[in-house]
Amino acid sequence: MASKLPKPPLEHSASGAGAAASEAHAAPPKGILRWLLTTNHKEIGSLYLIFSLIMFFIGGIFALVVRLELFQPGLQFVDPEFFNQMTTMHGLIMVFAAVMPAFTGLANWMIPLQIGAPDMALPRLNNFSFWLLPVAFILLLSTLLMPGGGPNFGWTFYAPLSTTYAPPSTTFFILAMHIAGISSILGAINIIATILNMRAPGMRMMDMPLFVWTWLITAFLLIAVMPVLAGVITMMLLDINFGTSFFDAAGGGDPVLFQHLFWFFGHPEVYIMILPAFGIVSAIIPTFARKPLFGYASMVYATASIAILSFLVWAHHMFVVGLPLVAELFFMYTTMLIAVPTGVKVFNWITTLFQGSITFETPMLFALAFVVLFTIGGFSGLMLAIAPADFQYHDTYFVVAHFHYVLVPGAIFSIMAGVYYWLPKWTGHYPSETLGRWHFWLSVIGVNLTFFPMHFSGLAGMPRRIPDYALQFADFNLVSSLGAFLFGLSQLLFVVVIVKCVRGGEKAPAKAWEGAEDLEWSVPSPAPLHTFETPPHVTPQPHP
Amino acid sequence: MSRRLAWLSGSGVMGLSAQAQASGWNMPVGVTDISAEIYSLHMTIFWICVVIGLVVFGVMFYSLFRYRRSRHPEAANFHENTTVEVIWTTLPLLILVGMAVPATATLKKMYDTSDAELDVMVTGQQWRWRYEYLGEEVAFTSNMSTPRAQIRGEEPFGEHYLLEVDRPLVLPINRKVRFLFTADDVIHSWWVPDFAVKQDTIPGFVNENWVRINEPGIYRGQCAELCGMDHGFMPIVVHALEEDEFDAWLAERRDEAAEEALGVDRDWALEELMARGEEVYGAICASCHQVEGQGMLPTFPALAGNERLIDDLAWHSDTVINGVSGTAMPAFRSTLNPVELAAVLTYTRNAWGNDTGDTVQPAQIAEQLAR
Repeated sequence: MASKLPKPPLEHSASGAGAAASEAHAAPPKGILRWLLTTNHKEIGSLYLIFSLIMFFIGGIFALVVRLELFQPGLQFVDPEFFNQMTTMHGLIMVFAAVMPAFTGLANWMIPLQIGAPDMALPRLNNFSFWLLPVAFILLLSTLLMPGGGPNFGWTFYAPLSTTYAPPSTTFFILAMHIAGISSILGAINIIATILNMRAPGMRMMDMPLFVWTWLITAFLLIAVMPVLAGVITMMLLDINFGTSFFDAAGGGDPVLFQHLFWFFGHPEVYIMILPAFGIVSAIIPTFARKPLFGYASMVYATASIAILSFLVWAHHMFVVGLPLVAELFFMYTTMLIAVPTGVKVFNWITTLFQGSITFETPMLFALAFVVLFTIGGFSGLMLAIAPADFQYHDTYFVVAHFHYVLVPGAIFSIMAGVYYWLPKWTGHYPSETLGRWHFWLSVIGVNLTFFPMHFSGLAGMPRRIPDYALQFADFNLVSSLGAFLFGLSQLLFVVVIVKCVRGGEKAPAKAWEGAEDLEWSVPSPAPLHTFETPPHVTPQPHP
Repeated sequence: MSRRLAWLSGSGVMGLSAQAQASGWNMPVGVTDISAEIYSLHMTIFWICVVIGLVVFGVMFYSLFRYRRSRHPEAANFHENTTVEVIWTTLPLLILVGMAVPATATLKKMYDTSDAELDVMVTGQQWRWRYEYLGEEVAFTSNMSTPRAQIRGEEPFGEHYLLEVDRPLVLPINRKVRFLFTADDVIHSWWVPDFAVKQDTIPGFVNENWVRINEPGIYRGQCAELCGMDHGFMPIVVHALEEDEFDAWLAERRDEAAEEALGVDRDWALEELMARGEEVYGAICASCHQVEGQGMLPTFPALAGNERLIDDLAWHSDTVINGVSGTAMPAFRSTLNPVELAAVLTYTRNAWGNDTGDTVQPAQIAEQLAR
């Protein structure tokens, strides 16, 4: 199997590679300017990942404020107004500032390495895409300090609560979302341009690693739906500041139109946060099972099917909004259909394990937990697809449990798996296996303690987004809150692991994992600043 | 308080033995045919997921155990098998079709709102519900009755903490009741789990749903759509009565409404208006403008010491009756009757040191409304 790896160009394995490379390029500026001006995909990838980790903690603190208030019935710590700002900001920060930039960071680092390209296709644009993000989210966070407070209408910001009835800071929220949206679109253009134009000679589309495939499809989703988000927030801006009535029934507008537009963006957005996760897990499971991925082609087709279906299911978020019967039926059927390609993926991963030779290093633990817990989130998703039953599930903690299972042990575990998997390539050192295991087990226990009881509190009748609750929900909420603090605190271990790994640790060879197959393992660890300046030659062969 | 007791007395509600309790861990079976059907759909899809989960995770954990490296050092190399891939694509498809058939049938029944024997208009308002028995001249608002002191932890929690109201919706059993849902301000969602009725109430739109309750009892629910600050504090309580008890209750409410209408023509004393106004203010206005009239800036202006309010009665009454478009202040023209409007205007003009000494008479308001 190892014979598949192309020989690395000589200059990379030579010890003087760094010096030779920096002579070929202008010396980078020192200090902060280096990071402000960098056009290197590895440095920009690191910036994205560090930014997303910081935002993960900020969004996490907001979540802990929410869980602290919900620890017991009654209002003890915050008032309902601030509680609503916390639920809103938690959602916005986690979705737009933590999960999405983390995947973009991984894409920046790994896509050029996985396709044998020297950098992203549009390096300056890459720099611009990243530096828009701190601007957008500092602006968004600053709304918390403005008179009337920050956004308090939920991360779905349904009109007219987010227009006529919104705090004055909403205009800044809209600007922040526009900036973040531009960043996403530019990033997506760059990724598509890179993948389509810069693959190593001999690498066909169907030779690309699945992480590259899933990101290619994700990037098309981003380009398709971020403009819809931009449109809908611009309509809000006009309603708030320029006297239009897009969403104001009193002026002939339609509050339901907002929801159609939002979820036409919002449902593909959900898959934007999970497709790259599929790619990461599809790299890690074969590596540690020492066996090729089962059904590579069907994985690609399943990803494409999920992406296409994602445009046809948006109104399943709106089953109780008063849609006509025909629409309810259509969206129920299309939503149920999504279970088919998603099932194919899970079956493929498990068949990859079958008759493998499996070891359980930290990246593999996270990837395996992803498969199990994401599937549980998929099951509750299937239940939610049953429109009549959704009349009971909708807007309860059952939904909160569902999407957190898909996003936390789903998207976020896959990101962590990816970080543990690729840290040796980034830093040249293996992350601590002992600390990694502690981090993994505490996270798994914390995540399940937090989110599993939410299925029960939701079924028993607890609506979401309430700062206080009736007494019969007290036990479930107590467990959820304890779990949330366990999960939150154990993420400090993640930071410790990363910092230790950057500083030192067991040296990793170019091919850090015995069963790893893709091109990134042909360059030295740590990967020098410039790689694949001479493209490697990939011998066309049936994948894998 | 005495008004609230009067509301319930004579209806026999207090004597009801059947108290619907929250089910604990699972979705309630509920007290309608639809809610029972939805429960069975829920359990069917749940068990399908459990079985699939057992098979999938069974194979997975077997592989993890059996094919760990220490027991299985040489991995196999297969990576394709068209037969199994076709099977695991089509089999789920068949299961889904099997699930879609009963779900479609139930959904069709839920959408059939024809032949209702009673129409009730449900209007969501920040943060209360308004119920109107269409064609019966009976309408009232329903506010949470849990004292704020309990929420703040100054008093022990009551049995139905956060799930109790001053005036419950009263419905007959065994009759098809059609709900018409709308809202005055933002989107709310009216949800009673025991009926499996959850429907968004949307300003400018009217949604429909229906219920035929099988058992008398007290059923509780909550607003399910985030609707602002006090979203967590707008519960729903429904008293389902035997049909004859319901008819008696409705007749009594009709008489009461007629009596109230007569009140428009007489002159009211300041004290009378203040007492009534305080009640209305507490139920309707205090959630935004606060009990002491201090407001909550920047969204909700203070009323205590508000100079424009004190100086300009015409502006004040116009604001309350017609609302202020583009702000959170709704129009109360159809929500409150002339007596209630006059009382709350009088109250806000004289409470908290506003001391204008004005009495606003219901007759004046009735005239203004007619214009």
